[in-house]
Amino acid sequence: MALSYLRSSSSRSANLLRPLSSAASLRRPISTDTTPITIETSVPFTSHQCEAPSRSVETNPSELLTFFRDMALMRRMEIAADSLYKAKLIRGFCHLYDGQEAVAVGMEAAITKKDCIITAYRDHCTFVGRGGTLLEVFAELMGRQAGCSKGKGGSMHFYKKDSNFYGGHGIVGAQVPLGCGLAFAQKYSKDESVTFALYGDGAANQGQLFEALNISALWDLPAILVCENNHYGMGTAEWRAAKSPAYYKRGDYVPGLKVDGMDALAVKQACKFAKEHALKNGPIILEMDTYRYHGHSMSDPGSTYRTRDEISGVRQERDPIERVRKLILSHDLATEKELKDIEKEVRKEVDDAIAQAKESPMPEPSELFSNVYAKGLGAESFGADRKELRATLA
Amino acid sequence: MAAIFQGVGAAAPLSSSPSNSFDSNKSVFSPPRSFSVVRSDGIVNLNPKGRSAQRLISNAVATKADSPAASSSSKPGHELLLFEALQEGLEEEMERDPRVCVMGEDVGHYGGSYKVTKGLAKRFGDLRVLDTPIAENSFTGMGIGAAMTGLRPVIEGMNMGFLLLAFNQISNNCGMLHYTSGGQFTIPVVIRGPGGVGRQLGAEHSQRLESYFQSIPGIQMVACSTPYNAKGLMKAAIRSENPVILFEHVLLYNLKERIPDEDYICNLEEAEMVRPGEHVTILTYSRMRYHVMQAAKTLVNKGYDPEVIDIRSLKPFDLHTIGNSVKKTHRVLIVEECMRTGGIGASLTAAITENFNDYLDAPIMCLSSQDVPTPYAGTLEEVTVVQPAQIVTAVEQLCQ
Repeated sequence: MALSYLRSSSSRSANLLRPLSSAASLRRPISTDTTPITIETSVPFTSHQCEAPSRSVETNPSELLTFFRDMALMRRMEIAADSLYKAKLIRGFCHLYDGQEAVAVGMEAAITKKDCIITAYRDHCTFVGRGGTLLEVFAELMGRQAGCSKGKGGSMHFYKKDSNFYGGHGIVGAQVPLGCGLAFAQKYSKDESVTFALYGDGAANQGQLFEALNISALWDLPAILVCENNHYGMGTAEWRAAKSPAYYKRGDYVPGLKVDGMDALAVKQACKFAKEHALKNGPIILEMDTYRYHGHSMSDPGSTYRTRDEISGVRQERDPIERVRKLILSHDLATEKELKDIEKEVRKEVDDAIAQAKESPMPEPSELFSNVYAKGLGAESFGADRKELRATLA
Repeated sequence: MAAIFQGVGAAAPLSSSPSNSFDSNKSVFSPPRSFSVVRSDGIVNLNPKGRSAQRLISNAVATKADSPAASSSSKPGHELLLFEALQEGLEEEMERDPRVCVMGEDVGHYGGSYKVTKGLAKRFGDLRVLDTPIAENSFTGMGIGAAMTGLRPVIEGMNMGFLLLAFNQISNNCGMLHYTSGGQFTIPVVIRGPGGVGRQLGAEHSQRLESYFQSIPGIQMVACSTPYNAKGLMKAAIRSENPVILFEHVLLYNLKERIPDEDYICNLEEAEMVRPGEHVTILTYSRMRYHVMQAAKTLVNKGYDPEVIDIRSLKPFDLHTIGNSVKKTHRVLIVEECMRTGGIGASLTAAITENFNDYLDAPIMCLSSQDVPTPYAGTLEEVTVVQPAQIVTAVEQLCQ
């Protein structure tokens, strides 16, 4: 295995500084071996109103090692964010994604940057999957200028326009109509791309979801609604909030697929299937059966509504990173030491990014008033304050 | 895009000078810009029976003697009704930019419940003029999502009051995304629809949403009142990169006016000088403009010289025009259809007091609708909104 890339530090620090416009750097091939391997998903797919895809997923060593590295990076990033929050460097709301990494990583493996992703507030890892850098993440979390939204958005407002990541939304469920709007724009421009609108099991009970689903089905929009079912809507278990927790069936006339969200390969297969379906037949719902180790947010211990045993049970049996590690080891794609080295390297990357983010300054006071309106665009206009320089077109 | 504006820029000054109806001595405007043709036809010819008449039709460019700019019927341009002006503006922009689309209830095949989108679906097809189900929250959200990618949707609320269901989308996503994304996304939507107190439509269909939306950062709000500014504001709103809420009024759709044939827009942030004067500044917008102008006739007969400004831009206020007027007259009366509490008038009073307190000879008077749900009974409804007689009394009090 060509694992010598591990130590190529010359470009690594440069990567942290340079804004990444594609996930290419994140997917730096640790192993370039692309001989196909076929692996079975943990459980078969359950489908509603459609034929489920096959359980056998095509992958290759390079991809599996990329999965491992990416998920390890995301895991480390979220744990580091936990510490930063407790050290009061991150304030307000901070919703962590650890445990759910397979959804972000598997989805990216099935699609391109032309496809759009929109999600709710648990967006740090999705942002990284779309090509965001660790520096942008930590700087934004700490409210610094180097953040992806210049420090003005915060944890719940990560966006990356050049890789079609549309955020980052704080109000539960409101991102789903936006996502269907993205799909509409894709259909309007005849893009041949799709939109993945992610939401949680809590948001699945929002009315606007069904409104948007109705319109998407009516207009045949390439919208894929992905329910990241981590079984708890904030502090309320799904069985206490939903009469019918079969979220993949909630679409009624819209087909659905239930996927093991802790298996990155299953996620990849499902997203690939969904993309093909959506481009031909309109909307489809994916339910990702996943789990979050942390509470809803940093202000929630996460143990008042579920037992420690349950959390550790899932961690032992279904952890996404461990699953990929076992796959890699059992297929002899890397040694245990090499995987441990990757984890150490990832840890160092995260620490470096945090150190760099800490050095980034707070936004200038004048930034309070920038980007409220888009200035100097469109027809002649004065901007929000007429005393300012008028923008006239030549 | 630049080429189009250059062409318009060349043509506009030629046509704007003869139709400017205000005396340049008293002009509080800066010199005419390249293509913003600001008119102030004295719209004084109101049906004196006011609201009790079946239709509020006004011949804005009439052959009345007291309208200084009104010339004979050989004037260039074409006559149309306000809803037709909106439709014309919308159609021209849809032709000009393929990214402009319309979404709303009954806008497509039905032609729009107020005929503003009549004929558009036939011309541009179902993908550009979209009939939505009755789901304001989601289709407003969808319009905003589409705008994030660069499309320019015009979202119609069949009645502005229905947009309360989409308040979250308008406030959080429409208004704030440009800011929270650090400038990555602009949301060039236009949200439009009729609002205001109509003819016994009942409390829920007589709402004035400008007071609810005015605090949302990141949006612009404009209110049209004549066919001329309706078309101009519609076009400017569509071309703007900021989200714009365009408030129309249910009772003004059938106003008739002669408007220019050539391409023009009205600036979104600018107020309109309706009638220059010396004694008192009356600030108004939308339908109340006509009540004010009716009162102005009475006031002129009584010897007063009111300056009437249609503020048009509800957010942000055109404090430049307003300020110049206050500095001249030193007395301000605000006449609005919003309710007294938390309305546009309340904000405007605060803004003027903060900025121009030294120039005021008397406290600002604000006439607004009563703080009640609009009743159904005609007599009660009439008393809910400001009537011309009250305006006359207010000016007399102010000018004592």
